[in-house]
Amino acid sequence: MFKIIEKKELNPTVTFMKVSAPRVAAKAQAGQFVILRVDENGERIPLTVAGYDRDRGTVDIIFQIVGATTEKLNALAEGDNIHDFVGPLGRPTEIEGLSKVAVVGGGVGCAIALPVARALKDAGCEVHSVVGFRNRDLVILEEEFRDVSAKMKIMTDDGSYGEKGLVTDALRSLIESGEQYDRVIAIGPLVMMKFVCRLTEEFGIPTVVSMNPIMIDGTGMCGGCRLTVDGKMKFACVDGPDFDGHKVDFDEAMKRSSVYKDFEKHAREETCRLLKGGNANA
Amino acid sequence: MPNMRNTKNEMPSQAPDVRNKNFDEVALGYTETMALDEAARCLNCKNSPCVTGCPVNINIPAFIKKTAEGDYEGAYGVIAESSSLPAVCGRVCPQETQCESKCVRGIKGEPVGIGRLERFVADRHRKNGSVAAERPTPNGHKVAVVGSGPAGLTCAGALGKLGYDVTVFEALHTPGGVLVYGIPEFRLPKAIVAEEIDQMKELGVVFETNTVVGRTLSVDDLFDDGYEAVFIGTGAGLPRFMGIPGENLNGVFSANEFLTRINLMKAYKGDGDTPVMHPRRVAVVGGGNVAMDAARCAKRLGAEEVYIVYRRSENELPARAEEVEHAKEEGIIFRLLSNPVEILESENMFVGGIKCVRMELGEPDASGRRRPVAVEGSEFVIDVDAVIMAIGTSPNPLIKSTTEGLDTERWGGIITNDEGLTTRTAVWAGGDAVTGAATVILAMGAGKTAAESIDRYIKERG
Repeated sequence: MFKIIEKKELNPTVTFMKVSAPRVAAKAQAGQFVILRVDENGERIPLTVAGYDRDRGTVDIIFQIVGATTEKLNALAEGDNIHDFVGPLGRPTEIEGLSKVAVVGGGVGCAIALPVARALKDAGCEVHSVVGFRNRDLVILEEEFRDVSAKMKIMTDDGSYGEKGLVTDALRSLIESGEQYDRVIAIGPLVMMKFVCRLTEEFGIPTVVSMNPIMIDGTGMCGGCRLTVDGKMKFACVDGPDFDGHKVDFDEAMKRSSVYKDFEKHAREETCRLLKGGNANA
Repeated sequence: MPNMRNTKNEMPSQAPDVRNKNFDEVALGYTETMALDEAARCLNCKNSPCVTGCPVNINIPAFIKKTAEGDYEGAYGVIAESSSLPAVCGRVCPQETQCESKCVRGIKGEPVGIGRLERFVADRHRKNGSVAAERPTPNGHKVAVVGSGPAGLTCAGALGKLGYDVTVFEALHTPGGVLVYGIPEFRLPKAIVAEEIDQMKELGVVFETNTVVGRTLSVDDLFDDGYEAVFIGTGAGLPRFMGIPGENLNGVFSANEFLTRINLMKAYKGDGDTPVMHPRRVAVVGGGNVAMDAARCAKRLGAEEVYIVYRRSENELPARAEEVEHAKEEGIIFRLLSNPVEILESENMFVGGIKCVRMELGEPDASGRRRPVAVEGSEFVIDVDAVIMAIGTSPNPLIKSTTEGLDTERWGGIITNDEGLTTRTAVWAGGDAVTGAATVILAMGAGKTAAESIDRYIKERG
């Protein structure tokens, strides 16, 4: 059992939890994920590590309420226990040797992008953050991003906060204004990552994306998380979750993410889900 | 006088057209009358050839003799001396190629139903709530076991009985490994696995679930924590795919994924939150026990037509004859000498069919089996909406990649000596992690051998 030490609402559909999991906290690094199960009959869902405190033995998770499992998780309060919590899984994001990186986050993907941005800054890298949301009410982690970013752009679809437009618009203007990035790291809805990659390919900037497909065990056993990268079959759980974005078959990944669409009791409209950064399995 | 009838007592089973709609156990087990009658068929041979066929060397004539005398607890005691999982082995061991294949009664007729008797004795013991196992005196030495499948459980059980302070680390949320995620309820009820594990807890064995060695903890961490020896029984969990077009379509699953959703995640009970596809027409690719399990599960989920697609002929099917028979009775359709070449798309990336080519058997290959050769221009399509790949698994590289000095074969199997010792000091390994996908009982044999070797090693160190 893993105790919830702290819980707060980041926006009406996104929740932050600090969970006591000393072994996971001791090893976790930016870019890795955990798998949790809310209760005895629960489904195993992957969530990327949003932060960790090795001394206190806690791991932060941030999730969007998109289905039955995340609703159940959100129904737990501080002091309650999560039945199972295992990790850290996957490979950490590579952050060494980079001097200037644009971190692009979309919706709840920002929760995953933040620890990466923070790790980059701690490693001495200049971080430019571009974060996008549908509207003002859904903006999360703004202060946290400001703390780690030399430059920051907030985009909203409707212009109710920051600038109106997509993250790709902001990234393009940064690149065209002469910013030279060693790398772009994009984390968010598949469709966002696809278009960020299309843009950076144009400019020849190496781009890493974080894939979060449907999976069960997270150790390479089920193969449910397979995707095509550079024409080869890869398992996101053990080969990733980070991949060279220019080589990922996003169209296939988008279709694969919808396999249980009909089963998801509380799934929202697909476009909304893709826009918002929720995953079919989150 | 022994009972000289040449045939085994038949195993009472659920009728095929009933059982293919439920997940209850297929084989119902011998009644006491049947068990006594069957036990009387044993000649109690002096040289006991059957024992040489048992990977954990159960004293088979002795347990059968006690059974024949009606001393079922005594019989259980004999089995338990050598096996930590009697109720499991009585169900899933391929006795026909092991103990029963050596039985003298098999020369002129059918061998003694050793597996069925083992199951009877183990079930009788479970039902009659025998006395809890006595906790051995702790010897103060800590051993870590990685993985709680058949190899790990056996190693842990054997060391636990000797008084070792054993902790089993399991990556999933429930211990049991393939016994809980792979083998379906109708062949091995999960309650039985849970009871066997509870018995080990009684012995003092500690289970730590949700711990991925290679990620949460490394093998080095285990030594730092004071474990004097480590046994790796992490199985062969990585599913293989064929590398044909269409394998990433929605509706293509590894057998591991399909079975895990049904077994571990409880889709079989209908009360888990984990979704599983209920296909209408399914092709299961492969001819092993896992393929039979997947096919029979698909049928039970309500599939109208379930095909086994296998590239060799019936003689080469690696599955147990009994499983093939059960599958056929339940209405599984066998498309033998057929090899998939492409999975076809219907719409929006869902499976619409599987294109296969007919095969014929050529010259024997390295495995001694006749090599299947494609017949040119013989392509045909089976109309299915799901494909399950059951063509084998490879060992998980997670531990190898995080443990210095642990050598593996090119295909991933951990290299060990005859006692299960790896190339790394104080690290043993056994089961599918060493051999590649094999049987429960072979993994148990390896776990037992390693436990004996670990015991000698620690005693020598003092």
